[in-house]
Amino acid sequence: MHRTGELYGQFKTLEQQKESATLGMWIFLITEVMFFGGIMLAYALNRHVYYPAFAVGSNTLSLKLGGFNTVVLLASSFTMAMAVWSSQVGKKTLISIFLLLTISLGFVFFGVKYVEYSQKFHHHLVPGKKFDIFYCVNNPASCSDLDGEELMVEGKLLDAAKAADPDLNAHAQLYYSAYFGMTGLHALHMVIGAGLLFWLLKGSLAGRFTPQWNTPVDIVGLYWHFVDIVWIYLFPLLYLIDRHK
Amino acid sequence: MSEQEHSEHIVPPGTYLAIILTLLLLTGTTVWAAFVNLGRFNIVVALVIATLKATLVVLFFMHAKYSPKRTKLIILAGIFWLVLLLGMTLSDYITRVDYRGVRFPISQVSQQLPVQRA
Repeated sequence: MHRTGELYGQFKTLEQQKESATLGMWIFLITEVMFFGGIMLAYALNRHVYYPAFAVGSNTLSLKLGGFNTVVLLASSFTMAMAVWSSQVGKKTLISIFLLLTISLGFVFFGVKYVEYSQKFHHHLVPGKKFDIFYCVNNPASCSDLDGEELMVEGKLLDAAKAADPDLNAHAQLYYSAYFGMTGLHALHMVIGAGLLFWLLKGSLAGRFTPQWNTPVDIVGLYWHFVDIVWIYLFPLLYLIDRHK
Repeated sequence: MSEQEHSEHIVPPGTYLAIILTLLLLTGTTVWAAFVNLGRFNIVVALVIATLKATLVVLFFMHAKYSPKRTKLIILAGIFWLVLLLGMTLSDYITRVDYRGVRFPISQVSQQLPVQRA
């Protein structure tokens, strides 16, 4: 990290310097919006065409884990906003505390995501040769983390979907490709975000951020909130299709 | 103290707290709404709530409400292009009808295909 709060030659005031940095970050975030927008578009088209497969796919996700992760991520956005506030009012210890809280919540998210992903591997729900959307219904003993009622609902949904779409197993793989692609890219962004948060923590422990100069905290905050927004859309799109049956 | 002459708007913690509570409430609402059968409007409700949440995050957590006009312009331009990307492409796909007069989705079409192949 270079020297703090220094005014570079091309700027008139520190304020202008900070505004330029923030504007640059927003332009980067817009390119990220376009990036995720393209993926969302591919998702939307596949969902439109293969709706029955997407509906059963969504019902095989754990709403409890997904909902819990949504709350965790929203909370981490709040602690990040509080870290920015702490840096703006010059409460140096609070910056580190809130950054640590944000990092911890990020890692809780990773932990839950790990549980979810490994469940999908055990349940043969990873696209590929072994993919079998009927696996848990046909082998209930191997899916002991699902209770009997969940399996019964899943079986009913699968029968109805199979009647609507003879190629259900192939099309359910499209849903799971979208699931792993979108949540995987989101998780990659969070890994980068967590790295940036550690870098901020190093700076804040050294007492570098002041009310006059806190641009890095602000900018990483923008990035972290953006990643949160992506999840705000991913949660209903992936976890909440056709839950009412 | 000239160094403290910042026109930067500091959002108070109370506002952040109100926003996070609203976001959690909206998350509960979207889960609840998913269990009510609204037919094709389930996705509309889900997207409206998600957009409401995203707007709150952008305006308050990301300080867009207190940003200079040129930052707001960049944000709006980004949203505009996203709407073009999604809107123009989907308006094509959701209105498609194939040569037999059968509407897209393929999953319904493919049911009829084996009969025609035979």
